[in-house]
Amino acid sequence: MQKYSVFSLIKNAFSNHEKWDLAWKDPTPKKEYDVVIIGGGGHGLATAYYLAKEHQITNVAVIEKGWIGGGNIGRNTTIIRSNFMYDDNARFNEFGMNLWRNMSQELNFNVMFSPRGIINLAHSDAQMNAYARRGNSMRLNGIDAVLLNREEVKKIIPMADFSDDVRYPIFGGLAQPSAGTARHDAVAWGYARQADSMGVDIIQNCEVTGFDIEAGKIIGLRTSRGDIKSKKIGLCVAGSTNVLAEKLNMTLPIETHLLQACVSEPVKPVLDGVVTFGAGHFYISQSDKGEMVMGGDLDGYNSYAQKGNLPTIQHVLTGGVALFPFLSRLKMLRTWGGIMDMSMDGSPIIDKTHIDGLYLNCGWCYGGFKSVPSSGWTFAHTIAQDRVHELNEGFSLNRFSKGYLIDEKGLGTKTWIS
Amino acid sequence: MLNIKCPYCGDRSQKEFAYGGDGTITRPKLNQEISDEEWDNFVYLRKSPRGKHIELWHHIAGCRQWFKVERDTTTHEIFRTFKPEEEF
Repeated sequence: MQKYSVFSLIKNAFSNHEKWDLAWKDPTPKKEYDVVIIGGGGHGLATAYYLAKEHQITNVAVIEKGWIGGGNIGRNTTIIRSNFMYDDNARFNEFGMNLWRNMSQELNFNVMFSPRGIINLAHSDAQMNAYARRGNSMRLNGIDAVLLNREEVKKIIPMADFSDDVRYPIFGGLAQPSAGTARHDAVAWGYARQADSMGVDIIQNCEVTGFDIEAGKIIGLRTSRGDIKSKKIGLCVAGSTNVLAEKLNMTLPIETHLLQACVSEPVKPVLDGVVTFGAGHFYISQSDKGEMVMGGDLDGYNSYAQKGNLPTIQHVLTGGVALFPFLSRLKMLRTWGGIMDMSMDGSPIIDKTHIDGLYLNCGWCYGGFKSVPSSGWTFAHTIAQDRVHELNEGFSLNRFSKGYLIDEKGLGTKTWIS
Repeated sequence: MLNIKCPYCGDRSQKEFAYGGDGTITRPKLNQEISDEEWDNFVYLRKSPRGKHIELWHHIAGCRQWFKVERDTTTHEIFRTFKPEEEF
């Protein structure tokens, strides 16, 4: 594999950049693999990479219905954070933060990880108390948390509405200075390129049509490009989880919903980090190109449409304008949607299933991007060792029936209001 | 924007309604021994199909009645709306 560096850039400039190697091959599927990962998004590609790197399992295929990076890894708002209250989420995502920090070097691909910080705004005394509690939990897990008062928030985001007559005045906020953003496509491409160089087959335009199960064990799968045998199959299909579960005769604690995001026209630097509105569902950051990147509520009813409806965008941006009045004068550049595997407690599932050799990675809700490295790392461990790692043992499939929910926001099973 | 026909009031904009989730789930009967599995099915497990989906909607900014909708989860086409007691 060609190493990317300033020298290779200069060298290739002399040949008009026409002689770069392909970043990954386009193989035809083999008849049999040791492990097949379904889903060529961030989680699937990261799993394949860590299977090869940490567990030396390289006879691996990643099967993707469309093209790699075409799903939620290319549709999210690129926020990376570990500001969780519960131990399972906090430890898991803080482990991921360390992988993020070294990712560009490790993958030899600039993922532009930028730890610019996140602030969750509070708009009442009760919310400040809740944030103080969450901040303390975070610090107990070694995560940097800073409780900010109104004046401290004003220093960081002076353009927010700090006037006295607003409906939801800013009381303060909880900051995680080490949180940040990254270039989402590069994460998929970086993992794909490294996995490919270690022998992983990345098979695009290949849809799974069925599974072969014998005596409670998985033995292979049927795809639009032929049958593939494998004793271990991992599902990393996010918004298509329920569709594949139906083919497996499984019913999961997952509902599929649609989340929209949007970007404005690019403007000069105005917003340093990521900010979330505490009185409505709205979050915002500014991309390196200058666009304001925004998102908020789910569309509110089960959907596989991958595109959203205008009332939700209008509702989200009403909250946005209440927080940052200057947004009302910006033009929207694009809006788009992705389909989310909403779990019944808002936390993910990384576990074995009742079918031997079938592993499940789903339930990321709308927060899967930050967990790409930690999810890939732990899922690779779960598949390679056939047992969960201590980092993902809380994310079990049977926690719902057992009553060990990890309900970070206390919203319960109404996934569409999350 | 969805246009939903409330069986009591007629065609209205989506903005008048609140979603109520999967309309095929039935609560286990009261005053009976109920297994963990039955509770699990009722509280947590959902088919969430791609395609036709029967779901509950609440005409919250109108007549405040609950009713059921059969809708396609990919195209959002609404095939029919009906009162809960009118099922099939």
